[in-house]
Parts: sequence; structure tokens; C-alpha cells
Amino acid sequence: MTALLTVEDLDVRYGDAQALFGVDVTVEAGETLAVIGANGAGKSTLLKTIAGLLRPGRGRIRFDGRDITGLPAHRRAPLGIALVPEGRRLFPSLTVEENLLIGAGLAKARPDRIYELFPHLVALRRRGAGLLSGGEQQAVAIGRALMSDPRLLLLDEVSLGLAPIVVKQLYAVLPAITAAGTTVLLVEQDVNQALAAADRVQCLLEGRVALEAAAGDVSRAAVTRAYFGV
Amino acid sequence: MTWVNAVVQGILLGGLYALFATGLSLMFGVMRIVNLAHGDLSVLAAFLAFALIDALPLNAFATLVLVVPAMAALGWLLQRFVLQRSLGAGQLAPLLVTFGLSVVLQNVLLEVFSPDSRALDIGGLGTAGLRLSGSVSVGWFGVLCLGIAIAVLVGLQLFLARTAFGRAMRATSDDQETVQLMGIDHRRVYATATAIAFATLAVAGVLFGMRTTFDPSIGPARLIFAFEAVIIGGLGSLWGTLAGGVVLGVAQTVGAQISPAYSILAGHLVFLAVLVLRPQGILRPAAAR
Repeated sequence: MTALLTVEDLDVRYGDAQALFGVDVTVEAGETLAVIGANGAGKSTLLKTIAGLLRPGRGRIRFDGRDITGLPAHRRAPLGIALVPEGRRLFPSLTVEENLLIGAGLAKARPDRIYELFPHLVALRRRGAGLLSGGEQQAVAIGRALMSDPRLLLLDEVSLGLAPIVVKQLYAVLPAITAAGTTVLLVEQDVNQALAAADRVQCLLEGRVALEAAAGDVSRAAVTRAYFGV
Repeated sequence: MTWVNAVVQGILLGGLYALFATGLSLMFGVMRIVNLAHGDLSVLAAFLAFALIDALPLNAFATLVLVVPAMAALGWLLQRFVLQRSLGAGQLAPLLVTFGLSVVLQNVLLEVFSPDSRALDIGGLGTAGLRLSGSVSVGWFGVLCLGIAIAVLVGLQLFLARTAFGRAMRATSDDQETVQLMGIDHRRVYATATAIAFATLAVAGVLFGMRTTFDPSIGPARLIFAFEAVIIGGLGSLWGTLAGGVVLGVAQTVGAQISPAYSILAGHLVFLAVLVLRPQGILRPAAAR
């Protein structure tokens, strides 16, 4: 396997506060990597930096062998990087279908595949995105990211604020996404969900990598230690 | 019947106000920029038309073919290279930049064209009209202005609703950060929105120049009309802007019917009444943001 994404020695700061300290992440093509960690561990910061919304103070980001560290967000998306942002961030003045269509940017694309993955969106296609339930919003946000047929899908806290049953339904589509060849880097607070969905897991603690292991053979005790730093 | 006539004239005038206010509404809607140079830019467009008529054997309407693209290009460049830089520096920065631009424009126009009042000659069209009854008549020029205004607003509405770029513009207005994740350069969307805004204000500026006289210092007085039309109709709504322009136009002509001195005042009073009673604008539901 070859690395699709390599993050090396990444430092990110918000003004005076530093959020990431020398973080290294490698995602192999075709795998699903889960980054777990407590609130404020730097998970969302990592994804936003990979997507290009934040600039690192130090370090490199390589995608498919190409150095993209200095590339703005709108030029990373066409390379095949799509982020489902924390809190969904749908466009409230657009309908569900328009939210999906804009996922492909200014290019023309049909949302058929998204409606196959999330059949319940078909009935909602003309509804304003502001009038959806949290689970429906999350489905649209994931669908919007998939519209560009990304090679790397970044999922930020899919489970945030959703009922467990809804979270389960959303994660149920993940195998279909990865089977189509999409590499997934997901961030979760829900450790069980993350371990179930991923091939490999990496734990962030206060902006540093505290654990890296295959999802299958990591012990609960090791995760607890890395998660809480005790 | 003279009152009916006043209302009819007000509706026709309102079309021009709406067309003029569209650019202000669009720039605020997409970028949250309040363009204080809006009025002066429309005066600049009128002076460009004036200079073209002077230099070339052109009809006043034909100048639009040159003035509108020139103003659109100016808008694109201004947004891309001046206003864009000010957007990251807080809410006050773009306001100050456009205020500075307003002062600069007034003084440059004064320097180049002198403080004399000018007008764009459209021959007999300015006074020709259709008499509907004893005291009600509609001027062809007013009908033309209203028609152009409606055509521009319908065209803009279709562009925003039906095209991929229009969709990108609405999405950028919602959330300029997230739109970048879709591979859309928000700066390009902003520059295009400004170009469209400048194109519409150029049309309005030239039409104003055909309707009444203009001089380099008249921009700020016009800006107030655009503000009033936008606020009366409701911020960020194109149809609201048309309704706001018409309400303002009718208020002014009906006020003038009472006494010519009350024309502008009546417009201001209606504006203030809307601000007090329906601050979200006449066409917006109270629950909207």
C-alpha cells in the first residue's frame, strides 16, 4: 500500500494558543483511519488544516506524493480532498438538492449516487436545508462531500449531537463509501464507534499523538490511557 | 385623478430607484459590504456616458454598451484588489474604504468635469408619453425605466436561482468558509458579485442622468434613496428591493402632490415609518433573520 496522505511534524496555532504539536499522520490509500481524542485534543484542527482552512505554523502535508502545504482550500478540493465539517455547515438558503449539487463546485454532477446511499433524501430534495433534522443534515453533509467523488473523505464528528440509532444508520453507509475506493480519515469522540468503523486508530492528547494502533488489536486500557492521559 | 397620476408617476420612478438599489442590496447580501460610494459610482457612470457622447457620435442609450462593461470591470478590480484586502480587517474596514472611495470620486469628478450640472440628452423621449385620461399620463421614458428595472431583476433572480454560479453566490453569502471546501474560490464569487452590482448601478446611473441633471456632488443624496429602497423592501431580497423602490417613488410623488417641497421629506417619513413598524422590511416575514 502507498500513502495517500502524509502529515509530518504539524504545528498549528490559533493566535497565542497552540492546538497541534508536531503531529504525524499517515493514511494509506484505501484504508479508514480514525483519530480519536477528548474535546480540545486538536482533532478538528487537524482535519481543517488538511482541508486547507487553517495554515500550519510548521510541518508538511503531502497528498498523493504532492506537497499541498501552501495550497488554499478551494484548490485542494479538486485534487480529491473533501471535508464534512464539524456541525455540518449546510447552506441554509439552498435546498437539499442544491446543497448536494454544490458539492461538485461549479462542475456539473448528478446526485444519483447520493440518493442511492441515502434514499430518504429523495423525498426531501426540494426542502430548505435549514428545515432538516440533525441526522438528515448530516446525511446531506456527507452526500455533499461525496459529490466531488473524493479520493480522501475527511469526516469530522459525524455523531455529534445525534441519537445513537441515527449515528448507527450514518455509519452503516461507510462500507459502501470505502468499497468505492474512497480513503477515509474520520475524527470521533465516540471511541467505540471509531474502533468499529476504522482499520487503524490514532489518539490525540492535548495536540500530540498519544497512541497509534490497528483498530482490531488495541486494548481498552491503552485507549483509556491515551485518551485521558492517565 | 391628480392623485392617481401621482401614484402612477411614483411607480414609474420607483422602478429606477429599485434598479439603482439592486447593486447595493447585492453587495450587502453576498459580502456584507455596505458600499458608501454607491451613489458616486452611479454619478461616475453618468459622467462616463456624458464624456462618450461628447467624444463620439453616440446616442445616449448606446453609451450603455460601453459604460456598463467598463463599470463592471471596475467593480471586479475594485473588489479583487481593494475591498477583498479590507474584508479580513474587521467590519469597519470595508465601510471606511468605500467612504474614502466616495470622497475621492467626488473630487476627481469635480476636477475633471467642473461643478456644472449636466444632463444626458435623449431628445423627445424625455417628454413623450401616453395620455390615459384627463390628468393621468405615462411618460415613455418612465415606462422604459420600469421595464429595464424589472428585466434586470428577473434576469438576476433567474441567474441566482438556476445557474451553478448563482448557486455558488447564494452559498457564499451563507458561509464563505465552507464554500471553499467545495472547490469554489470565494474571492472570485465576490468579484463577480461586485461586477454585477456595478453593472446594474451603471445602468441606473445613466438612466438617472437622462431623467434629471447631475453634478459631481450629488452621489451621497442618491445613496440615501438606494438605502431607503433596500431597507423598505427588506435587506437581501431582490423583490423586496423592487417593492421598496416603488414605495419610495410613490411616497415622493404623492408628497410632491401635496406640496413640491414635501417630495423628499415624504420619502424619508415612509422610510422611518417602515423602520419603526416593520424593521425587517415590507416583504419579509417577521421570523426571517
